[in-house]
Amino acid sequence: MMREILYRLKDRYHFGTPTFQRDDLCFVTVKRDELRAILTELRDVEGFTHLTLLTAVDWLEERLFQLTYLINNREANLTLGLRVMLEREDEPGATTGDTIHDLWPTAATYQRELNEMFGINFPGSPRVDEEFILEGWTDLPPYRRDFDSLAYSQQTYNDLPGRKTHDPRDHMKKALYPNYLKEAE
Amino acid sequence: MKDVDDKFRKNTDPVPMREELKPRSVTTPDGQTIEIEPLRDYFCDARPKVHPKAYSKIVEDFYNWARSNSLWILGFGTGCGAIEMRPLMTPRFDAYRYGIQWRPTPRQASLLVISGYLSVKTLKRAIRAYEQMPQPKYVMGLGSCTINGGMYWDSYNTIKQLDDYLPVDMYVAGCMPRPEALLHGFMELKKRIRSGKAEGANDYAENFDRYKANQKAVIKDWDMPDYNW
Repeated sequence: MMREILYRLKDRYHFGTPTFQRDDLCFVTVKRDELRAILTELRDVEGFTHLTLLTAVDWLEERLFQLTYLINNREANLTLGLRVMLEREDEPGATTGDTIHDLWPTAATYQRELNEMFGINFPGSPRVDEEFILEGWTDLPPYRRDFDSLAYSQQTYNDLPGRKTHDPRDHMKKALYPNYLKEAE
Repeated sequence: MKDVDDKFRKNTDPVPMREELKPRSVTTPDGQTIEIEPLRDYFCDARPKVHPKAYSKIVEDFYNWARSNSLWILGFGTGCGAIEMRPLMTPRFDAYRYGIQWRPTPRQASLLVISGYLSVKTLKRAIRAYEQMPQPKYVMGLGSCTINGGMYWDSYNTIKQLDDYLPVDMYVAGCMPRPEALLHGFMELKKRIRSGKAEGANDYAENFDRYKANQKAVIKDWDMPDYNW
């Protein structure tokens, strides 16, 4: 079913190699300038009427942001994930994606969240520059991989003295195999 | 437990005040020009005062006995512990038999239960709710999140120690504490109130500057008066 849809589309658009997680769940990389045409065709012709989610991945080493548009065909119970790669800019808000709020109005909320948490801007999306969850945030967008959450929390919030931590691997070794460890020594 | 990678430095830029909160002069419909300062005009900014004890110990003990027997909780749930408070209202655990009940507004409450992790955004609301409660008032912290951060120990947006920001009279440990543990916590708090040791609100009034400094260190866009009841 999903393969037939991709087969119908593959002559007109540039698709990467599809990854089938299940028979009804597939991910495929598409080109950025074809994304809008593909989404519109899938929505209007192939019955993918529901935008399940829009999220991002920070590929720091590759200098890329990956946007994942997960769309769902309720009638045929198919879920298709479209991946788009964007150039990653260090300045928050310098990376821009293409807004799809006119295809699915809910996308505006996702895009507002991506703007706050990853610093990916979507020009033209309604209220995209307003604060979404954070209040008065001046640091790097917190979902970026170069934002160090542990260091930030240690520089901001006080630790209670005396808190211990155990490396889970060593701790479970000691708890489960005390005799084995003694013999090894 | 130091961060291994210590290259990251957080940004300490101040957040500019929002346009609508700045003092300015406006023209009324009558044509008058008036000065307005939104942060001072609508709120009382008097500092909290220490609640004086009664003139004799017997009377104060009687007051404390009365206070301990009607703990009214502000129905303000933060984090997952709010789920554990719900069964206490039901016939199974029935906290009402101990004189404990939930109220919808801070003005009617004497106990603020911080029921789990507090994000910075919620902390702001919690502080406002606490300061609006009339004295005598008590704070209870539920779960490890309020004690040392719990599982949110490395979160960028969750405070770790509640007693930096609000005076805590009783902690209930656990992740999450069961309703039975909460009931036990309430009983312990009652004992503490009766013995006259639950002086969190007075501690807040005495060390007001320290608490405010701690609060303002994490709430960057401070857009309310310093004391706002």
